[in-house]
Amino acid sequence: MDLFEYQGKQLFARYDIPVSPGEAVTTVDAAVAAADRIGYPVVVKAQVQVGGRGKAGGIKIAANADEARAHATAILGMDIKGHTVRTLWIEQASDIADEHYASFTLDRAAKLHLGMLSAKGGMDIEAVAVEDPDAIARLHVDPVDGLTEGRCREWVRSAQLDETAHDGVVDILLELYRAYTDGDADLVEINPLVVLQDGRVHALDAKVSLDSNAAFRHPEWEDYEATQELDAREREAREKGLQYIGLDGSVGVICNGAGMTMATLDVVTEVGGSAANFLDVGGGAGADVLANAIEVVNNDPGVRSILINIFGGITKCDEVALGVVEALERVDLRSPIVIRLDGTNAAEGRTILNERASEQLIPQPTMLDAARKAVEIAGVAA
Amino acid sequence: MSIFVDENTKVVYQGLTGSQGRFYGLRNRAYGTQVVAGTNPKKAGSDVEGIPIYATVADAREATGATVSCVFIPAPGVEGAVMEAARAGMELVIVITEGVPAHDEARFYNELRRNHPGTQLLGPNCPGVITPGQCNIGITPGEIAKPGGPVGIVSRSGTLTYQALHEMTQQGIGQTTCVGVGGDPVPGTSFIDCLTRFESDPDTKAVIMIGEIGGSAEEEAAEFVKEKMSTTPVVAYIAGVTAPPGKKMGHAGAIVSGNKGTAAAKIEALEDAGCTVARNPTEIGGLMADVVKRL
Repeated sequence: MDLFEYQGKQLFARYDIPVSPGEAVTTVDAAVAAADRIGYPVVVKAQVQVGGRGKAGGIKIAANADEARAHATAILGMDIKGHTVRTLWIEQASDIADEHYASFTLDRAAKLHLGMLSAKGGMDIEAVAVEDPDAIARLHVDPVDGLTEGRCREWVRSAQLDETAHDGVVDILLELYRAYTDGDADLVEINPLVVLQDGRVHALDAKVSLDSNAAFRHPEWEDYEATQELDAREREAREKGLQYIGLDGSVGVICNGAGMTMATLDVVTEVGGSAANFLDVGGGAGADVLANAIEVVNNDPGVRSILINIFGGITKCDEVALGVVEALERVDLRSPIVIRLDGTNAAEGRTILNERASEQLIPQPTMLDAARKAVEIAGVAA
Repeated sequence: MSIFVDENTKVVYQGLTGSQGRFYGLRNRAYGTQVVAGTNPKKAGSDVEGIPIYATVADAREATGATVSCVFIPAPGVEGAVMEAARAGMELVIVITEGVPAHDEARFYNELRRNHPGTQLLGPNCPGVITPGQCNIGITPGEIAKPGGPVGIVSRSGTLTYQALHEMTQQGIGQTTCVGVGGDPVPGTSFIDCLTRFESDPDTKAVIMIGEIGGSAEEEAAEFVKEKMSTTPVVAYIAGVTAPPGKKMGHAGAIVSGNKGTAAAKIEALEDAGCTVARNPTEIGGLMADVVKRL
């Protein structure tokens, strides 16, 4: 789960990582009131979970209330790469001397945490990594040991930062590591990590991605859930407890298991179609889950055919077939269902389906046949 | 022959008294697995359909001689369960549970690596391991597997593993062992761990490897195949060719960022290493049948 900048900064503040004073607002009047309280100049920042908002005109400095009003009016509702700006973060402008970069994430190859620190902040760190890899000081941290102050200081020394900033950066990195581990984050990133004219160091941006698997020990994450940017389809699927990601194609896909679902998306593409979604009903899905999944996919106006591809391991194919039958009765189907069943109780499942086979319910013997049929129908309908 | 487990393997189930643990523990026993014990500190002395329950893994080991543990504990308790099994000296700990926090995984993986090198971890979030006809630990439907080899299977995905087993069995080709390493960010057992064992198993003559987008495990495995597996042919499949960048596709591990971990990069590395790469899961069966004919 990705956080907005303002949520990331509020999280950082709880770990004593210095951030600029600021407020999150959702209306123009509130933006101006916040700016008045904070004191000018302020920065008006669009809150979207996509890079490049500065270039898109989503970050502006306001010297007075009139400018704050003008910027807030322009930015609220703005579309940045398909993301609509609904929230602004108003913060005190900073008098910047230097811009650095700092982050922690998991290095999956090394199976250790990886800290990255660079004097070259404020720009695309992936570009820095390619063009000037030595400009990034890397530190592997064994989660059993954690990050000690001594190692952190050596690391900061190796990063070619101005020496006057070392103490401030060490303090921030130690706290950032704590926010990363105690906070169950997949990623914490500060870019830029700024040194002010007066020598103080603070986080001018905050990128935080949380590990949803750890939600059980973070009741405070409920607030973040409510602000997630989901489209209507994703929201409906989430309410029904389904693993769903909306895509742009015309074949609605329902499978069991993440690997099988990804493979099905690939096969749909291979035979010339495009998937409308990723929907994994998981292991052991019963009739009700299947019927819910069909309902969600059927509600997507972009869907022209529904492809159900199930390999029964824990999932029983006769249960799946019963779910499809239930859905046929419960849901007003807008598109035909093409279905392939294999594995546990496949024969029983196929018998149930064959009895109901029609133009709206088309059983197919293999994954490839089913994908071809679903793509053919989607093509004819379009 | 087989890898990891065989007919002599004795298994203790942590969480046997829970609904999932009970269901699969009994299913595994019905398959022929030596399910010798369960653990639950509150229910020591009782039994699950004749399988004795002990308070701790150490007690279970002492009483039964079990060397393998299978964990069906809910995610919040997995770290504690794994460490308990490691301290009890289990040789193999198989974690079926999904939804384990990544920081917990990173911690217990490194604890084991440093302080319990004799304990091999498989999972979390994996279907387990099956040596057909001998031992099935986890949630793999045993009836779709066929004993005898010559094919070994290693996979990051559960359902695709079943698909591959099914394809082999349909073609009349047996399997030595099928290992699901799981789709999480810090898998206890890697592709390379499995390939190393398959390579030294005289009965495994060919290997199916099923990968996914995200991470670099497939690229590392390709390197290993190139250098160490000149005589064992590998048929591979990578799921997620069309996954949109930056989207999480269910498995915490399957994240595409930039060019690293893309299906294209993995397929290129595998082909470069001499592996035959299937374009879709249905192709795996036919490609492996051709390989087996030439053995």
